[in-house]
Amino acid sequence: MNRMGDLSELEDRLRTLMLASLAGDAASYRQLLAALTEHLRRYFQRRLTSGLSHQVEDLVQETLLAIHARRMTYDPGRAFTAWAYAIAHYKLIDLLRKVRQDAHVPIDDLADFLAAEADEAALAGVRRDLDTVLDTLPERVSGLVRRVKIEEQSIAEAAAATGLSEANVKVTVHRGLKALVARFGGKS
Amino acid sequence: MTDDLIARLAADLKPVRRTAMVRRLWLAALPALLVSAVLMLVWLGPRPDMAEAVGTPIFWIKSGYTLGLGLFGLWAVERLSRPAESGKAPLITAALLLAAVAIAAVLDYVLMPASARELMLMGSSAQRCPFYIMALSVPFLAANVMLMRRLAPTNLTWAGTAAGLMAGALGAWVYSFHCTEPGLPFLASWYSLGIAAITALGAAFGRFLLRW
Repeated sequence: MNRMGDLSELEDRLRTLMLASLAGDAASYRQLLAALTEHLRRYFQRRLTSGLSHQVEDLVQETLLAIHARRMTYDPGRAFTAWAYAIAHYKLIDLLRKVRQDAHVPIDDLADFLAAEADEAALAGVRRDLDTVLDTLPERVSGLVRRVKIEEQSIAEAAAATGLSEANVKVTVHRGLKALVARFGGKS
Repeated sequence: MTDDLIARLAADLKPVRRTAMVRRLWLAALPALLVSAVLMLVWLGPRPDMAEAVGTPIFWIKSGYTLGLGLFGLWAVERLSRPAESGKAPLITAALLLAAVAIAAVLDYVLMPASARELMLMGSSAQRCPFYIMALSVPFLAANVMLMRRLAPTNLTWAGTAAGLMAGALGAWVYSFHCTEPGLPFLASWYSLGIAAITALGAAFGRFLLRW
């Protein structure tokens, strides 16, 4: 409920700025673009990973330009955030298509674009991926990798908890990571 | 860097009227109508019996049907040139009009004397009609594509569908001033076929033509 309230407050604030901007008020427009820049940056940062993160700022600028040049397509009777999000999403898909990552076209939604903090769903997704990857290792190895690399236990703690020697823990974690890199790390 | 951009864009800000986009749509459609009409007049010519024809209902039904579909198409273009719009209302309205005329044509065909059916369905120009309609719709389609690329359609397949519907139907409207066919079944089959062909073309190529 709280979050929905925040979103509608954000919508009201940005929409008011947009209406003033369409009427020609440059100060409102600067405020609007600054606010949008923050949302866009966060949105693209979360979507553009693996070698594309350097494109975030370009994409933010390109989206701002599109919003500027096509601002007449905003219908004041509709939600402003939905309009801005649709343009951002279109630009994102367009970039991904250009770099031929069509297989990874993200499925996301408006709330995701608006979310101020890293949202739970994204983190849950990352955790799920991590589990899938770790589950490819023998249980003994993945258990140690989890303790040392994810739960950030020290080697000594992990050794004490599992009854193995510290040297054994070190070597096992090292080999586990190496196996993961060989399997998922790509060619580089 | 992005701050510079924001400053530049704010300095470039000019007021935009609420009606700006609709105005642009008409400014694109009217020259296309002119080109299409001149093409029809020079190439095909107006129907020779125009004076009597305007006294018959079928002339107005043909004109009203095609113009109606064209205006619903234009409405759909207006919606679908905006981000995050579905254009559902105009497209469904257009489909209802299409269905209504199709049903009326079937009833008309069934109820008329069998000897009249050949003339009312096939007339003398069934093989040519859809192709003339497609040719006369090209100026509208070109105008739509040129304009919509500068707007912000995000659903390119549906936006292309809308562009094709508007173009095909207005091409058919222009053609109706040349065509002398008297049959409602003819209208519901061959006119609709020409319009549907251009609509399908728009749907198929929208995602290539309308990219921005």
